[in-house]
Amino acid sequence: MYTIQGYEKVKSLEEAYELNQKKSSAVFGGGMWLRLGNRAIGKAIDLSDLGLDKIEETEEAFIIGCMTSLRDIECHEGMNRYFHGMMKETLRGIVGTQFRNTATLGGSLYQRFGFSDPLTAFLALDTTIEMYAGGRIPLDEFVSMDYDRDILVRVHVKKNGRKAAYQSFRNTKTDFPVLSVGVSRLDSQWKITVGARPARAVVAENSGKLSEILSENLMKEASEAAIRQFASAVSEKVRFGSNMRASSEYRRILSEILIYRAVRDVLSQSEEGKM
Amino acid sequence: MKIKLWINNKVYEDHVEPDTMLLDYLREKGFKSVKCGCDTTNCGVCTVYLDGKTVLSCSVPVVRADGHRVTTLEGVAKEAEEFARFMAAQGAEQCGYCSPGFIMNVLAMAKELKKPTEQEIKEYLAGNLCRCTGYEGQYRAIRNYLGATRANYQLFEKGEVIEGVR
Repeated sequence: MYTIQGYEKVKSLEEAYELNQKKSSAVFGGGMWLRLGNRAIGKAIDLSDLGLDKIEETEEAFIIGCMTSLRDIECHEGMNRYFHGMMKETLRGIVGTQFRNTATLGGSLYQRFGFSDPLTAFLALDTTIEMYAGGRIPLDEFVSMDYDRDILVRVHVKKNGRKAAYQSFRNTKTDFPVLSVGVSRLDSQWKITVGARPARAVVAENSGKLSEILSENLMKEASEAAIRQFASAVSEKVRFGSNMRASSEYRRILSEILIYRAVRDVLSQSEEGKM
Repeated sequence: MKIKLWINNKVYEDHVEPDTMLLDYLREKGFKSVKCGCDTTNCGVCTVYLDGKTVLSCSVPVVRADGHRVTTLEGVAKEAEEFARFMAAQGAEQCGYCSPGFIMNVLAMAKELKKPTEQEIKEYLAGNLCRCTGYEGQYRAIRNYLGATRANYQLFEKGEVIEGVR
């Protein structure tokens, strides 16, 4: 359990940023992971009075405040409709409804937890992170950046017609994922993300290769085999590790299967004529 | 730090440490239904409502409840007792330690989901662990409770005999 010396419900982001320049300070998101550590926090910075717990939908994007709970995203009709239930699929396995009512998207993405289901999923979408000082940073870059003392303010997800799907494998329901996979398609470009390797999620593929393969293998059986082969080739490029949940080899095999399933999911969405 | 919050509709004003958890504060105030079961933020025993939403009180600093409304099992005693009868009818409990948090989440679910399917019920309640049963009794109790308390809702198959239905 952590200890907290001082607690500040800040009135502005500027105040939060100033306070956060001290190493002993910590931005308090949901506080779910923090609780499992032993950190001595000088100043806990609480952003909950800044109205950043909402999802806004515009013509071009979904804009999600950093303090939005995972549960609110999971149940958000607009996002689930747009991404074909992907938000629900991404978040439903995380501990329990009570946990997801408190855990925040900002907390999960800022920390770039290896086990983060949302990190893998949002990485597959056109996501940019809005930082207080650093401005807008594509999640593709943000995912491999070092921790700094900036404040994650909002998450922007573009509405550009991208189709996407999420897959994860858990040893038991509600546990951390053993592996997570996000797949998306924008026109002929396919993007594939793999997380819980157990290290941070990575973009494993972002190219038109799969579209070429599929156009060369139009017959159903041929395309099945081609997708499996593609999933296997992508998985070969990803570095997996071992931990108490699974070995690296097991993760690689899982990755092939989960990529295959997510690709099939995205293809079936396209076949429904919603391109 | 000075805080003011409502617990089961009664106002409390206090000075608290910034790292006092809602769980410990509630127990200190005599709400002993709220317990810690796992210490790893996942068993669901400490479930309370914060402004009507279920939260794990073990991981919410009480300063976050400043200005907000907290509800514990003691605050929903009537509804809890009604559901508990269905639990008892199924012999669903053994040690009973997990019941307060479980009942809080069942009542929240009953409010949120109009006609939940088996899958939806199990998913909604997956964050409540019971280490002595296999959840089957609880599940039967929920089916019967929902069947009895709302119109046109039958989760079990026609003709299926559920023992112990009141």
